Amino acid sequence: MNTIIYLDNASTTPTDKRVIKKMLPFFSENFANPATKWTSSLSKLVDEEVEQARLNIAKLLGADPDEIFFTSGGTESDNTALKGIAFKHHDRGNEIISIPIEHEAVLKSLETLEGFGFKIKFARVDSKGFVDPEEIKRLITKKTILVSIMHANNEIGTIEPIEEIGKICRERDIYFHTDAVQTVGHIPINVKSFNVDLLSLSAHKFYGPKGVGAIYVRKGVKVKPFMDGGGQEKGIRSGTLNTTGIIGLGEAARLASEEMEQTESDVKKMRDLLWDKIQKQIPKVYLNGAEIDSRLSNNLNIIIKGIRNEPLLVALNERGVIAGGGSACAAGSKYPSHVLKSIGVKDNDIFGALRITIGKFNKIEYVDYVVQSLNEIVNSLRDLSPFWEGE
Amino acid sequence: MPTPYTKLVIEHFKNPHNVGEIENPDVKVTEGSPACGDMLTLYLKVDPVTHKITDIKFKSFGCASNIATGSIITDLVAGKTVEEALKITWKDAAEALGGLPPVKIHCSVLAADALHSAVEIYMEKEGLVKEKNPTKMETVFQKLTHVIDPNTGVDIVKSKIIKGVKIENGIIFIEVDLKENDQFAANVKEEILERLGYLWDIKEVKVSFSK
Ligand SMILES: Cc1ncc(COP(=O)(O)O)c(C=O)c1O
Repeated sequence: MNTIIYLDNASTTPTDKRVIKKMLPFFSENFANPATKWTSSLSKLVDEEVEQARLNIAKLLGADPDEIFFTSGGTESDNTALKGIAFKHHDRGNEIISIPIEHEAVLKSLETLEGFGFKIKFARVDSKGFVDPEEIKRLITKKTILVSIMHANNEIGTIEPIEEIGKICRERDIYFHTDAVQTVGHIPINVKSFNVDLLSLSAHKFYGPKGVGAIYVRKGVKVKPFMDGGGQEKGIRSGTLNTTGIIGLGEAARLASEEMEQTESDVKKMRDLLWDKIQKQIPKVYLNGAEIDSRLSNNLNIIIKGIRNEPLLVALNERGVIAGGGSACAAGSKYPSHVLKSIGVKDNDIFGALRITIGKFNKIEYVDYVVQSLNEIVNSLRDLSPFWEGE
Repeated sequence: MPTPYTKLVIEHFKNPHNVGEIENPDVKVTEGSPACGDMLTLYLKVDPVTHKITDIKFKSFGCASNIATGSIITDLVAGKTVEEALKITWKDAAEALGGLPPVKIHCSVLAADALHSAVEIYMEKEGLVKEKNPTKMETVFQKLTHVIDPNTGVDIVKSKIIKGVKIENGIIFIEVDLKENDQFAANVKEEILERLGYLWDIKEVKVSFSK
């Protein structure tokens, strides 16, 4: 098979051709810097498109356009939210609450803040990856200034009870940030009903280009920018706008608003069929995280007993199937997944974790080929494994 | 499909040679541990007269390059005497595979370590070691650095779960700071016995758990 079957869509997605088409004129025809819109008609034209993009994102989130600020992606948005709030509001307190299964962009930012004297409290997550809003309530003190809980987890797809947590924070006048990088453009979001003050998103996770994203900052909420410069994006994010990226992000947001429902149902159908066939054909395979129906529709994260995921991924790649799993061997790290560790998966099993994430360009006809490949590879790796007794 | 691996690595990985177990092997040795990601078990059968390796098999719970190195190193060793086998290094294995990406070096080292450990154990067991020095604490600790503490992922010396070692009248007593019913206790004990059981002047190895 010469086709590549790309099943790692939580890592990144291919850019939609319609998005690229929308972006192209803004490279060398309408290349102007939108900052000079008052004097240049070319700039005005680019500015209009950038503002259209802002509007598209605002619509997708139920926000106002002037609450959306463009960044270089999820990592920058997370950094801006956490450090921006902490450094702006440190006079109100120094405690921040989060969960251990956040993305590194959040965890490492928190680590940095700890170095500046902030106290980080982690609420536990259960074996499915859910945080209990009651525990957040218990951890909150007078010194708490910020709570940051991701909307959905990138490895296991668990969707956190954001609305409840948002309500708890709002009632206590504590800032609430959510990393919605895995959900924006995939499932409905409303910043008002979520009661969030800050939200991170990234274009490349929903068929937009890489290296561009946005942060929603609720009107009236002040953050300290960590880049100094020309004061673009109302000073929150200096630097000449990535116009092509932003316009691509805007188009991706527009397409998502229109097609989200259909895409989600297609993706879920393929994911469910895949899981169904894997369970029927391969013994000793277990689901990590929440039940299949209470996680992101695109996500499948499984433990395959007796084998390691690295050779599995290499062998799948040889057959044109690209999936995820994280490789301890490559990074030289002892624990390939802090997420699986946090939900109590045993070390031996973590090495056998496989993440398959479906995207809108995957074809359901390939499910049989994927499961057959998986089955054959798993069999041969189990033959090789000192841990496989043919259970 | 391009990968960071050479064609040869992929070939050996996809169809590894000498995979399996040997019944009643002269030596069976395990290097690495599942907790630190890579593990390789090697089985040796050696001709008692010529000391030529007559059969070698391996099993791997490791990454693709660990599997490929296990395959090539067992190929390189077949038919060699144990002394010749000792001279084969991870570099030879990596070269025979057309090179390995730098981050994968430790995977090939593991296969070579397993081979060297197996041969050393065989030579000790058969009395082929030239200078017969009495077993000292240093030797015991050096050998114990090959046993991994699965709870921490580092060797049991580094992880400080060796509470006491005593050598008395040809018996090595080892106290391990693990609960008898720890999920890995039996495994750790077995590996300690594997490492120390064949020293020429040692009659017995007694492993006890402290809690
Ligand atoms: C949950 C989550 N947060 C943040 C990021 C980082 O986003 P980006 O790659 O756009 O910096 C990712 C993706 O890698 C993610 O999955």
